[in-house]
Amino acid sequence: MRFILREITVVKALVLLLGLCIGSSALARIDTYEFSDPEQEALFLDLTRELRCLVCQNQNIADSNAELAQDLRRKTYEMVSKGQNKDEIVEFMVTRYGDFVMYSPPFNATTLMLWVGPVLIFVFAVAMLVRIIRRRPSTNDRLLSEEQRQRAEKLLNQTEEK
Amino acid sequence: MSNSRAFIPLIAFLVLAGLFYFVLMKMNKGEYNPRDIPTEFIGRPAPSIDLPNLLVENDRVKSSDYAGKVWLLNVWGTWCPECWKEHEYLMYLSRQGVPILGMDWRDDKDDAIDFLKQKGNPFVEVGFDPNSDAAIDWGVYGAPETFLIDAQGIVREKHAGALHPQVWQEKFAKYFQAQKPTE
Repeated sequence: MRFILREITVVKALVLLLGLCIGSSALARIDTYEFSDPEQEALFLDLTRELRCLVCQNQNIADSNAELAQDLRRKTYEMVSKGQNKDEIVEFMVTRYGDFVMYSPPFNATTLMLWVGPVLIFVFAVAMLVRIIRRRPSTNDRLLSEEQRQRAEKLLNQTEEK
Repeated sequence: MSNSRAFIPLIAFLVLAGLFYFVLMKMNKGEYNPRDIPTEFIGRPAPSIDLPNLLVENDRVKSSDYAGKVWLLNVWGTWCPECWKEHEYLMYLSRQGVPILGMDWRDDKDDAIDFLKQKGNPFVEVGFDPNSDAAIDWGVYGAPETFLIDAQGIVREKHAGALHPQVWQEKFAKYFQAQKPTE
Protein backbone atom coordinates (compact mmCIF):
# COMPACT_ATOMS: atom_id res chain seq x y z
CA MET A 1 0.00 0.00 0.00
CA ARG A 2 2.70 2.39 0.96
CA PHE A 3 4.59 1.46 -2.17
CA ILE A 4 1.58 2.30 -4.32
CA LEU A 5 1.13 5.61 -2.57
CA ARG A 6 4.71 6.52 -3.24
CA GLU A 7 4.23 5.71 -6.89
CA ILE A 8 1.23 7.98 -7.03
CA THR A 9 3.22 10.85 -5.56
CA VAL A 10 5.93 10.28 -8.14
CA VAL A 11 3.34 10.39 -10.92
CA LYS A 12 1.82 13.51 -9.41
CA ALA A 13 5.21 15.18 -9.29
CA LEU A 14 5.85 14.27 -12.91
CA VAL A 15 2.49 15.63 -13.99
CA LEU A 16 3.16 18.81 -12.07
CA LEU A 17 6.59 19.14 -13.67
CA LEU A 18 5.13 18.60 -17.12
CA GLY A 19 2.47 21.18 -16.36
CA LEU A 20 5.13 23.66 -15.35
CA CYS A 21 7.09 23.08 -18.55
CA ILE A 22 4.03 23.51 -20.74
CA GLY A 23 2.86 26.48 -18.73
CA SER A 24 6.16 28.31 -18.95
CA SER A 25 6.56 27.67 -22.66
CA ALA A 26 3.04 28.94 -23.21
CA LEU A 27 3.91 32.06 -21.29
CA ALA A 28 7.15 32.51 -23.19
CA ARG A 29 5.43 33.17 -26.49
CA ILE A 30 3.10 35.84 -25.28
CA ASP A 31 4.65 39.15 -26.06
CA THR A 32 3.42 42.02 -23.97
CA TYR A 33 1.28 44.44 -25.85
CA GLU A 34 -0.49 47.12 -23.90
CA PHE A 35 -3.71 48.69 -24.96
CA SER A 36 -5.27 51.84 -23.62
CA ASP A 37 -8.63 50.77 -24.99
CA PRO A 38 -10.19 47.40 -24.06
CA GLU A 39 -12.02 47.36 -27.40
CA GLN A 40 -8.74 47.54 -29.25
CA GLU A 41 -7.38 44.74 -27.12
CA ALA A 42 -10.39 42.59 -27.98
CA LEU A 43 -9.93 43.37 -31.68
CA PHE A 44 -6.24 42.46 -31.46
CA LEU A 45 -7.01 39.11 -29.80
CA ASP A 46 -9.76 38.45 -32.31
CA LEU A 47 -7.52 39.19 -35.30
CA THR A 48 -4.54 37.19 -34.09
CA ARG A 49 -6.84 34.21 -33.69
CA GLU A 50 -8.26 34.58 -37.18
CA LEU A 51 -5.04 35.20 -39.06
CA ARG A 52 -3.04 32.19 -40.14
CA CYS A 53 0.65 31.80 -39.54
CA LEU A 54 2.09 31.25 -43.01
CA VAL A 55 5.16 29.41 -41.77
CA CYS A 56 3.46 26.82 -39.57
CA GLN A 57 0.26 26.68 -41.50
CA ASN A 58 -1.99 24.96 -39.02
CA GLN A 59 -1.57 27.59 -36.37
CA ASN A 60 -2.96 31.06 -36.10
CA ILE A 61 -0.59 33.90 -35.38
CA ALA A 62 -1.75 34.06 -31.77
CA ASP A 63 -0.51 30.51 -31.13
CA SER A 64 2.53 30.47 -33.33
CA ASN A 65 5.94 31.48 -32.18
CA ALA A 66 7.45 31.56 -35.66
CA GLU A 67 9.36 34.74 -36.31
CA LEU A 68 7.05 35.84 -39.08
CA ALA A 69 4.07 35.28 -36.77
CA GLN A 70 5.71 37.49 -34.15
CA ASP A 71 6.17 40.20 -36.76
CA LEU A 72 2.61 39.82 -38.01
CA ARG A 73 1.37 40.17 -34.44
CA ARG A 74 3.42 43.32 -34.06
CA LYS A 75 2.07 44.65 -37.35
CA THR A 76 -1.47 43.85 -36.22
CA TYR A 77 -0.80 45.58 -32.93
CA GLU A 78 0.50 48.69 -34.68
CA MET A 79 -2.51 48.86 -36.93
CA VAL A 80 -4.98 48.26 -34.11
CA SER A 81 -3.42 50.90 -31.91
CA LYS A 82 -3.52 53.35 -34.80
CA GLY A 83 -7.27 52.91 -34.62
CA GLN A 84 -7.77 50.92 -37.82
CA ASN A 85 -10.82 48.70 -37.85
CA LYS A 86 -11.08 44.99 -38.48
CA ASP A 87 -12.01 45.24 -42.16
CA GLU A 88 -9.06 47.49 -42.90
CA ILE A 89 -6.58 45.19 -41.19
CA VAL A 90 -8.03 42.06 -42.80
CA GLU A 91 -7.89 43.75 -46.20
CA PHE A 92 -4.26 44.75 -45.57
CA MET A 93 -3.34 41.13 -44.84
CA VAL A 94 -5.42 39.61 -47.65
CA THR A 95 -3.98 41.93 -50.32
CA ARG A 96 -0.52 40.79 -49.25
CA TYR A 97 -1.00 37.14 -48.37
CA GLY A 98 -4.26 36.22 -50.09
CA ASP A 99 -7.35 34.50 -48.70
CA PHE A 100 -5.06 31.83 -47.30
CA VAL A 101 -4.06 34.14 -44.47
CA MET A 102 -7.59 33.94 -43.08
CA TYR A 103 -8.18 30.87 -40.97
CA SER A 104 -11.77 30.51 -42.11
CA PRO A 105 -11.77 31.03 -45.86
CA PRO A 106 -14.28 33.48 -47.34
CA PHE A 107 -17.24 32.20 -49.34
CA ASN A 108 -16.54 32.89 -53.02
CA ALA A 109 -16.28 31.12 -56.38
CA THR A 110 -12.92 29.47 -55.64
CA THR A 111 -13.93 28.25 -52.20
CA LEU A 112 -17.45 27.18 -53.20
CA MET A 113 -16.66 23.45 -53.23
CA LEU A 114 -14.88 23.77 -49.91
CA TRP A 115 -18.06 25.00 -48.25
CA VAL A 116 -20.69 23.14 -50.26
CA GLY A 117 -18.78 19.89 -50.86
CA PRO A 118 -19.25 18.30 -47.42
CA VAL A 119 -22.98 19.12 -47.48
CA LEU A 120 -23.34 17.51 -50.91
CA ILE A 121 -21.51 14.38 -49.80
CA PHE A 122 -23.70 14.18 -46.70
CA VAL A 123 -26.92 14.53 -48.72
CA PHE A 124 -25.70 11.87 -51.15
CA ALA A 125 -24.82 9.51 -48.28
CA VAL A 126 -28.24 9.97 -46.62
CA ALA A 127 -30.01 9.37 -49.94
CA MET A 128 -28.05 6.15 -50.48
CA LEU A 129 -28.78 5.02 -46.93
CA VAL A 130 -32.52 5.60 -47.36
CA ARG A 131 -32.49 3.68 -50.62
CA ILE A 132 -30.71 0.71 -49.09
CA ILE A 133 -32.98 0.61 -46.03
CA ARG A 134 -36.12 0.80 -48.17
CA ARG A 135 -35.00 -2.03 -50.36
CA ARG A 136 -34.18 -4.41 -47.54
CA PRO A 137 -37.64 -5.86 -46.56
CA SER A 138 -38.47 -6.89 -50.11
CA THR A 139 -35.24 -8.89 -50.45
CA ASN A 140 -35.90 -10.55 -47.08
CA ASP A 141 -39.32 -11.72 -48.24
CA ARG A 142 -37.86 -13.50 -51.17
CA LEU A 143 -35.23 -15.27 -49.12
CA LEU A 144 -37.25 -18.55 -49.08
CA SER A 145 -40.14 -19.52 -51.29
CA GLU A 146 -43.31 -20.88 -49.65
CA GLU A 147 -42.37 -24.39 -50.67
CA GLN A 148 -38.85 -24.08 -49.24
CA ARG A 149 -40.20 -22.64 -46.02
CA GLN A 150 -42.51 -25.60 -45.47
CA ARG A 151 -39.67 -28.01 -46.10
CA ALA A 152 -37.47 -26.23 -43.64
CA GLU A 153 -40.20 -26.32 -41.03
CA LYS A 154 -40.62 -30.03 -41.53
CA LEU A 155 -36.92 -30.64 -41.10
CA LEU A 156 -36.79 -28.55 -37.94
CA ASN A 157 -39.75 -30.39 -36.44
CA GLN A 158 -38.09 -33.71 -37.19
CA THR A 159 -34.99 -32.86 -35.17
CA GLU A 160 -37.14 -31.65 -32.28
CA GLU A 161 -38.99 -34.96 -32.11
CA LYS A 162 -35.76 -36.88 -31.72
CA MET B 1 -27.54 -6.59 -64.12
CA SER B 2 -26.58 -7.84 -60.69
CA ASN B 3 -23.29 -9.06 -62.13
CA SER B 4 -22.27 -5.67 -63.42
CA ARG B 5 -23.25 -4.12 -60.05
CA ALA B 6 -20.64 -6.21 -58.30
CA PHE B 7 -17.98 -4.28 -60.20
CA ILE B 8 -19.06 -0.87 -58.93
CA PRO B 9 -16.85 -0.92 -55.79
CA LEU B 10 -13.91 -2.13 -57.84
CA ILE B 11 -14.39 0.61 -60.41
CA ALA B 12 -14.78 3.21 -57.67
CA PHE B 13 -11.60 1.95 -56.08
CA LEU B 14 -9.66 2.08 -59.34
CA VAL B 15 -10.89 5.58 -60.15
CA LEU B 16 -9.88 6.85 -56.71
CA ALA B 17 -6.54 5.05 -56.83
CA GLY B 18 -5.90 6.60 -60.23
CA LEU B 19 -6.80 10.06 -58.96
CA PHE B 20 -4.56 9.75 -55.91
CA TYR B 21 -1.70 8.47 -58.04
CA PHE B 22 -2.12 11.37 -60.46
CA VAL B 23 -2.07 13.94 -57.64
CA LEU B 24 0.92 12.21 -56.04
CA MET B 25 2.86 12.37 -59.30
CA LYS B 26 2.09 16.05 -59.60
CA MET B 27 3.16 16.62 -56.01
CA ASN B 28 6.45 14.87 -56.72
CA LYS B 29 7.00 17.39 -59.48
CA GLY B 30 6.51 20.17 -56.97
CA GLU B 31 2.92 21.06 -57.79
CA TYR B 32 0.10 21.30 -55.25
CA ASN B 33 2.66 22.15 -52.62
CA PRO B 34 0.77 23.50 -49.59
CA ARG B 35 3.72 25.78 -48.95
CA ASP B 36 3.30 27.41 -52.35
CA ILE B 37 0.94 30.18 -51.45
CA PRO B 38 -0.08 31.94 -54.65
CA THR B 39 1.20 35.48 -54.58
CA GLU B 40 -1.32 38.24 -54.73
CA PHE B 41 1.02 40.61 -56.50
CA ILE B 42 1.29 39.25 -60.03
CA GLY B 43 -0.01 41.97 -62.33
CA ARG B 44 -0.24 44.51 -59.52
CA PRO B 45 1.99 47.51 -58.83
CA ALA B 46 4.95 46.59 -56.66
CA PRO B 47 4.85 47.89 -53.08
CA SER B 48 7.44 50.60 -52.63
CA ILE B 49 10.58 49.84 -50.68
CA ASP B 50 12.38 52.27 -48.42
CA LEU B 51 14.88 50.46 -46.21
CA PRO B 52 18.22 51.26 -44.56
CA ASN B 53 21.16 50.26 -46.75
CA LEU B 54 22.95 47.23 -45.32
CA LEU B 55 26.34 48.16 -46.72
CA VAL B 56 26.30 51.97 -46.70
CA GLU B 57 25.75 53.81 -43.44
CA ASN B 58 23.03 56.46 -43.38
CA ASP B 59 21.88 55.57 -46.86
CA ARG B 60 18.49 54.23 -47.89
CA VAL B 61 17.52 51.71 -50.53
CA LYS B 62 14.48 52.87 -52.47
CA SER B 63 12.55 50.99 -55.12
CA SER B 64 11.72 54.31 -56.80
CA ASP B 65 15.36 54.40 -58.02
CA TYR B 66 14.57 51.40 -60.20
CA ALA B 67 11.58 52.85 -62.03
CA GLY B 68 11.77 52.26 -65.78
CA LYS B 69 13.94 49.16 -65.41
CA VAL B 70 13.24 45.48 -65.28
CA TRP B 71 14.69 44.33 -61.98
CA LEU B 72 14.61 41.52 -59.46
CA LEU B 73 13.88 41.69 -55.78
CA ASN B 74 15.54 38.86 -53.89
CA VAL B 75 14.56 38.23 -50.28
CA TRP B 76 17.29 36.40 -48.38
CA GLY B 77 18.96 35.90 -45.03
CA THR B 78 22.15 34.23 -43.85
CA TRP B 79 19.96 31.96 -41.67
CA CYS B 80 18.36 30.43 -44.73
CA PRO B 81 20.15 27.40 -46.23
CA GLU B 82 18.44 27.71 -49.61
CA CYS B 83 19.85 31.24 -49.90
CA TRP B 84 23.38 29.85 -49.57
CA LYS B 85 22.54 27.36 -52.30
CA GLU B 86 21.10 30.04 -54.54
CA HIS B 87 23.92 32.53 -54.05
CA GLU B 88 26.17 31.24 -56.79
CA TYR B 89 23.40 31.49 -59.36
CA LEU B 90 22.61 35.04 -58.27
CA MET B 91 26.30 35.86 -58.80
CA TYR B 92 26.02 34.45 -62.31
CA LEU B 93 22.89 36.51 -63.05
CA SER B 94 24.50 39.68 -61.77
CA ARG B 95 27.49 39.08 -64.07
CA GLN B 96 24.97 38.80 -66.92
CA GLY B 97 23.84 42.31 -66.03
CA VAL B 98 20.57 41.47 -64.26
CA PRO B 99 19.90 44.15 -61.65
CA ILE B 100 19.04 42.47 -58.34
CA LEU B 101 17.92 44.38 -55.32
CA GLY B 102 18.54 42.37 -52.15
CA MET B 103 16.28 42.41 -49.13
CA ASP B 104 18.14 41.05 -46.13
CA TRP B 105 15.28 39.77 -44.04
CA ARG B 106 15.33 39.18 -40.28
CA ASP B 107 19.05 38.84 -40.27
CA ASP B 108 22.01 39.72 -38.13
CA LYS B 109 23.64 42.75 -39.74
CA ASP B 110 27.25 41.66 -39.20
CA ASP B 111 26.55 38.11 -40.39
CA ALA B 112 24.98 39.48 -43.55
CA ILE B 113 27.89 41.82 -44.29
CA ASP B 114 30.39 38.99 -43.70
CA PHE B 115 28.40 36.69 -45.98
CA LEU B 116 28.54 39.15 -48.87
CA LYS B 117 32.23 39.90 -48.25
CA GLN B 118 33.20 36.24 -48.29
CA LYS B 119 30.92 34.91 -51.02
CA GLY B 120 30.63 37.98 -53.21
CA ASN B 121 27.81 40.47 -53.59
CA PRO B 122 25.34 39.84 -56.44
CA PHE B 123 23.13 42.78 -55.44
CA VAL B 124 23.08 46.31 -56.78
CA GLU B 125 21.93 47.39 -53.33
CA VAL B 126 20.84 45.57 -50.20
CA GLY B 127 18.04 46.82 -47.98
CA PHE B 128 18.13 45.69 -44.36
CA ASP B 129 14.77 44.54 -43.01
CA PRO B 130 15.21 43.12 -39.49
CA ASN B 131 11.56 43.55 -38.44
CA SER B 132 9.79 42.27 -41.57
CA ASP B 133 8.43 45.74 -42.35
CA ALA B 134 9.08 45.49 -46.08
CA ALA B 135 8.72 41.69 -46.09
CA ILE B 136 5.12 41.90 -44.86
CA ASP B 137 4.43 44.61 -47.44
CA TRP B 138 5.49 42.16 -50.12
CA GLY B 139 3.60 39.22 -48.66
CA VAL B 140 6.84 37.36 -48.03
CA TYR B 141 6.50 34.23 -45.89
CA GLY B 142 9.80 32.49 -46.43
CA ALA B 143 13.22 32.92 -47.96
CA PRO B 144 14.46 32.95 -50.58
CA GLU B 145 11.75 34.59 -52.61
CA THR B 146 12.39 36.38 -55.87
CA PHE B 147 10.10 38.87 -57.58
CA LEU B 148 10.41 40.33 -61.05
CA ILE B 149 9.28 43.91 -61.50
CA ASP B 150 8.87 45.35 -64.99
CA ALA B 151 9.65 48.82 -66.30
CA GLN B 152 6.15 50.04 -65.40
CA GLY B 153 6.65 48.95 -61.79
CA ILE B 154 4.29 45.97 -62.09
CA VAL B 155 5.18 42.66 -60.43
CA ARG B 156 5.29 40.06 -63.21
CA GLU B 157 6.74 36.92 -61.65
CA LYS B 158 7.49 35.43 -58.29
CA HIS B 159 9.45 32.39 -57.31
CA ALA B 160 9.56 30.92 -53.81
CA GLY B 161 12.70 28.88 -53.17
CA ALA B 162 16.17 28.94 -54.64
CA LEU B 163 16.55 30.24 -58.20
CA HIS B 164 18.06 27.81 -60.66
CA PRO B 165 18.56 27.81 -64.44
CA GLN B 166 15.34 25.91 -65.18
CA VAL B 167 13.13 28.33 -63.26
CA TRP B 168 15.02 31.20 -64.79
CA GLN B 169 14.33 29.96 -68.31
CA GLU B 170 10.68 29.22 -67.57
CA LYS B 171 9.71 32.36 -65.73
CA PHE B 172 12.25 35.14 -65.86
CA ALA B 173 14.50 35.01 -68.91
CA LYS B 174 11.88 36.29 -71.37
CA TYR B 175 11.60 39.67 -69.68
CA PHE B 176 15.29 40.34 -70.17
CA GLN B 177 15.46 39.05 -73.73
CA ALA B 178 12.57 41.27 -74.76
CA GLN B 179 14.28 44.26 -73.22
CA LYS B 180 17.66 43.98 -74.84
CA PRO B 181 16.91 44.71 -78.53
CA THR B 182 15.15 47.96 -77.68
CA GLU B 183 18.08 49.27 -75.70
